[in-house]
Amino acid sequence: MSHQTTVPSRRRRARAAAVAVPLALLVGLTACTDDPESTSAGESGTTEPAADACRPEELPEPIDPEEAAEADVDGTTVTLATHDSFAVSDGIFDTFTEETGVEVEVVSAGDAGTMVSQAILTAGDPVADVMFGIDTTFLCRGTEAGLFVPYRPAALDEVAEEHQIAVDDLATPIDVGDVCLNYSKTAFPDEADAPQSLDDLTDPAFADAFVTENPETSSPGLAFLLATIAEYGADGWEGWWADVRENGVEVTSGWEEAYNDSFGAGSGERSIVTSYASSPVADVVYSDPPRDEPAIGVVAESCFRQVELAGVLRGTEHPEAAALLVDFLLSPTFQEDIPLTMFVEPVHPDAELPEEYVAHRTVIEDRLTLTPAEIEAGRDEWTERWTEIVLR
Amino acid sequence: MTTVRRRLLWALVAVGPVAFLAVFFAYPVATILERGLTEGSALDVVRRRSTGRLVTFTVAQAAASAALSLVVGLPAAWAVARVDLPGRRLVRALLVVPFVLPTLVVGAALQATFERVGVDGSDGFHLERTVAAVLLAHMVLNVAVVVRVVGSHWALLDPRTEEAARVLGASRLRVLREVTLPRLGPAIWSAAGIVFLFCFTSFGVILTVGGPGRPTVETEIWRYATQRTDLATATALALLQMLVVVALVATVGVAERRAAAGAVVRNPVPPRPLATARLRLAVAAALAPAALLVVVPVGVLVERSLAVGDGYGVGHFRALATDGDTGLSVAPLEAVRTSLTYAVAATLIAVVVGGLAAVVVAHAGRVSSRAVDVALMVPLGTSAVTLGFGLLIALDAPPLDLRSSAAIVPIAQALVGLPFVVRSLVPALRAVDPRTREAATVLGASPWRARWEVDVPLVARTLLVGAAFAFAVSLGEFGATSFLARPDAPTVPTAMFRLLGQPGAALRGQAMALGVVLAALTVASVLVIERLRPRDALGW
Repeated sequence: MSHQTTVPSRRRRARAAAVAVPLALLVGLTACTDDPESTSAGESGTTEPAADACRPEELPEPIDPEEAAEADVDGTTVTLATHDSFAVSDGIFDTFTEETGVEVEVVSAGDAGTMVSQAILTAGDPVADVMFGIDTTFLCRGTEAGLFVPYRPAALDEVAEEHQIAVDDLATPIDVGDVCLNYSKTAFPDEADAPQSLDDLTDPAFADAFVTENPETSSPGLAFLLATIAEYGADGWEGWWADVRENGVEVTSGWEEAYNDSFGAGSGERSIVTSYASSPVADVVYSDPPRDEPAIGVVAESCFRQVELAGVLRGTEHPEAAALLVDFLLSPTFQEDIPLTMFVEPVHPDAELPEEYVAHRTVIEDRLTLTPAEIEAGRDEWTERWTEIVLR
Repeated sequence: MTTVRRRLLWALVAVGPVAFLAVFFAYPVATILERGLTEGSALDVVRRRSTGRLVTFTVAQAAASAALSLVVGLPAAWAVARVDLPGRRLVRALLVVPFVLPTLVVGAALQATFERVGVDGSDGFHLERTVAAVLLAHMVLNVAVVVRVVGSHWALLDPRTEEAARVLGASRLRVLREVTLPRLGPAIWSAAGIVFLFCFTSFGVILTVGGPGRPTVETEIWRYATQRTDLATATALALLQMLVVVALVATVGVAERRAAAGAVVRNPVPPRPLATARLRLAVAAALAPAALLVVVPVGVLVERSLAVGDGYGVGHFRALATDGDTGLSVAPLEAVRTSLTYAVAATLIAVVVGGLAAVVVAHAGRVSSRAVDVALMVPLGTSAVTLGFGLLIALDAPPLDLRSSAAIVPIAQALVGLPFVVRSLVPALRAVDPRTREAATVLGASPWRARWEVDVPLVARTLLVGAAFAFAVSLGEFGATSFLARPDAPTVPTAMFRLLGQPGAALRGQAMALGVVLAALTVASVLVIERLRPRDALGW
């Protein structure tokens, strides 16, 4: 299925009702046939997917950073589209408005998947000027659908290469987060008894202890599925999940039910959960009653790296002001606000991390990861297979 | 007045609601459906075997939920309608709370309850993430619908028919089976239809309580549209869903009209005093299941909002007013203000549009009135994703570029509140004695003036009932709002969702406290309804 989207003409829209009625009649007359259950939207990943797969059909003219810096943008308003986990300190954009004269409005439309789908629907005629929060798992889908205009902020030169995962500078990395297994310190007071790796989850010692999220409906759930694919490869991951199912895994639709209900934030029925590397930090910052030590630990060997990016949306009426906002998202002011509002790490090496964050974070040495192109090529097939193995 | 002129006048009245529905519902939804249909073959999706299973499960769980809600709701409806309970109003108001709380919250409260009810051990009794849990949650949410719709009719049934049957020697059970229930037919059908509709398109309950193994049409539309970017499949399912909804609304309409309505008295029968021990026992037995279903989750919610650290206190409520580090860009209490503002705006829209629509339904020709009635119910049975995406790609050009305007939220909420306004008003409008109006006309009033002077005062209070309901529903609306609300101006439900979406006990406590605030606002608005309620009001 190609994701080429065009703005429908008025005449075609007027036909919408005319299309719907006969179709409705047909629907009533059809019988069931044996069709394959799946509708894989992408090509199956038989060949090694290259980054080319993520390129749009036509690459728009890049925005020149120097021109953007000198443009007269005073008095314009840029709109930032983001997902519903976006959080910043009150008044964070005031600094930006003082420096540039550009006002910022924020709109959101649900989770990251919803945000990207909505942007694809309105590609070329966007609701906003800049998008923040498209991540490793959706990046390729967004760039291929022609959501963005290339732009390379000057500050990007200082950011580690490994975070620069977008083709043709179509999006700029802003922060990184890790999806990891968390365990309850109440259940495993001695760190040596806690699970040490993905392998441990198939061990009968951890029977009925693990709860994870459905990759079809949850972002950490998908990231964790990708972690197991990165770890065990195309041949091994299915067997691992079958073993984990044997071992009594519980699956929920979303992070909230898994972490707060089954895992009970560290005191529930289940003692191992798919969450984030930063969960212990939030556990202390928002603890009740206050405490100094997190009640949960992180399995450092199980982490999947997700980069969150920002991009200037194609079709924006204020490309220069939008580019300046992307610059601001990479600036120390914004980068240093990220850790304790969204509990992810800024990509800029000069951004100073807050004390509480440094004190309770788990440093991840080796993380699992896949490229956006690999994810895009395999994702739908993988989630279908996962559903068959774990839920059926 | 000639028929042509009359028709023209009716057409003028109908223009308002028809235009509103056309611009903010039909056009956006048709736009998104057309986009989906051009991307792939809807027929392929419909013919998939898995689609058949999906629709079957969705319909079956909705039908079972509606049946169970009736089983629990009917005895309670009898108790609040026929017996002079102390605190009747409060009971009625409390029963409505779960109905307007965001399903997310009810789901979380139920989940906590299940965990306490479930027996540990693999062979124990586990409710978590089973079909039974979904049905139970749907009963909790919808028992109020049955109690209100059926109860208001029951209060107006002339009891002499039952008395005559008893005198002639029929047993109580036989009277119930052969006299009372048939006379309540239209109300029962109407309640069952509404409950079915809500359960057929339920989203939050299916995901949170039902878990990942039991998708319904609604959750699959959301998944294909947002997680898969597979608009073709999402659209085909959305079309299928709307077909079922239209068929259902039409069928229920027919059944409602076929069911012979019992003779309704002009003034409600005075409720029986709670005099005998036997009656007390009967009332207790009738109310217990419904009360249990509602009190337990609401009780768990209150308990969790007060659980501070190792003890209990009001710390979480205090924290709502502070602009602390909550991950929200505003103090949570700001969300209450935002919600109230949106709800007032949504209610005004629903009252104006719904008022005009009700006049049309009550007085216009049969065909057009039925069409309007069905048209108003369809938005209730349309997935929030379909409408949300439709609004985004349809309303993208001046004068209607509302995509990033805050006005879009109350408009979407008004669509949900509309049926409640119309369903409250229509029976009242039909009950207005035309002779009063004729007398006014004879005395020289123009037809419109006669309506204004006669109908409006009679109907005004009923309108307030519908308005208060629309208000309560807007307060708790989550589906469409989550698509359209801004992160810097969250409503109470979206703020709760945000707070629950992060680790940390303090945030969870604050979310629960916000839930209690929302529940309190709901009870307050429903108590207002009860105060205003005309003694002979039908409908809600």
